[in-house]
Amino acid sequence: MKKFKILIIAFVILFNLVTNLLADNSDQINKISKNLRCLICQGQSVYDSQSDFAISIKTLINKKINDGENENEIYEFLKSKYGGWIIYDPEINKNTFLLWLIPLILFVFGGLLIIRKVSIK
Amino acid sequence: MIKKIKLTIIIFFGLFLFIVFFKGLNKSNNYSPINILTKVDTKLTARSLYSNQEISLEKLIGENHFSLINVWASWCLPCRKEHSYLINLQKINNINIIGINYKDSEMNAKKFLEDLGNPYVEILIDADGTKSIELGAYGVPESYLINNKNKKIIKKFIGPLDDFKFKEIVKIASNEKI
Repeated sequence: MKKFKILIIAFVILFNLVTNLLADNSDQINKISKNLRCLICQGQSVYDSQSDFAISIKTLINKKINDGENENEIYEFLKSKYGGWIIYDPEINKNTFLLWLIPLILFVFGGLLIIRKVSIK
Repeated sequence: MIKKIKLTIIIFFGLFLFIVFFKGLNKSNNYSPINILTKVDTKLTARSLYSNQEISLEKLIGENHFSLINVWASWCLPCRKEHSYLINLQKINNINIIGINYKDSEMNAKKFLEDLGNPYVEILIDADGTKSIELGAYGVPESYLINNKNKKIIKKFIGPLDDFKFKEIVKIASNEKI
């Protein structure tokens, strides 16, 4: 009976260790892959997709994390291979600055309108 | 006077919006990485299908004037179709065709080549698809024409090769001065 208990305890410890080791990476893979566009399946992220392309990217991310690369390095790597489109969060450059600026301009413009209306009254 | 200015501003704004949306209608929103032409990562190594040794791309790219990296798999039907083009391209002396065997079983891959012929100087195995991602590939089949001198991708061919793409490759390879 005692032996059996020891066996169970050993098994539980081992199981926990293994799942912990696996879970550690998968959290980060999920975080990164949620921010990546699956290029061959429209409207899905790499995280959501089960296509060959998405599965390969997830495997690659896992490898890169094991090699000690951080999130930004992985994004940079994928951007150099597939272009900025693969990342959901668009960076500010000469093609996208309007995208970031227009809401700000509209906000300021609207604010000015409201202030004028209020002060006229 | 102010009313007139307001009206013209509104009309111009409407016109501006119309043009933007009208242009947007005609623009295809299917993304393709076809225009992302970077240098090939020559440090990439993979196991060879026949010799079972780790081989780096650096060794393979450099022996000739041009390389054509072809991503293929035996389970991919369009690959079967494009294979005759590869066999024909093999006859051009200044192109080395390098195969990347994508997520395939080795037995099936070898059988595929036995049936249809082997145009490749070397075939690298990409069992989990990560090597193809490192090359910037999308899926199968896909071919990259590479200038061996500066290791740059001259052109990406996404999807199976056809008459048009074949002629283009031949044309680039024949006026070789790059």
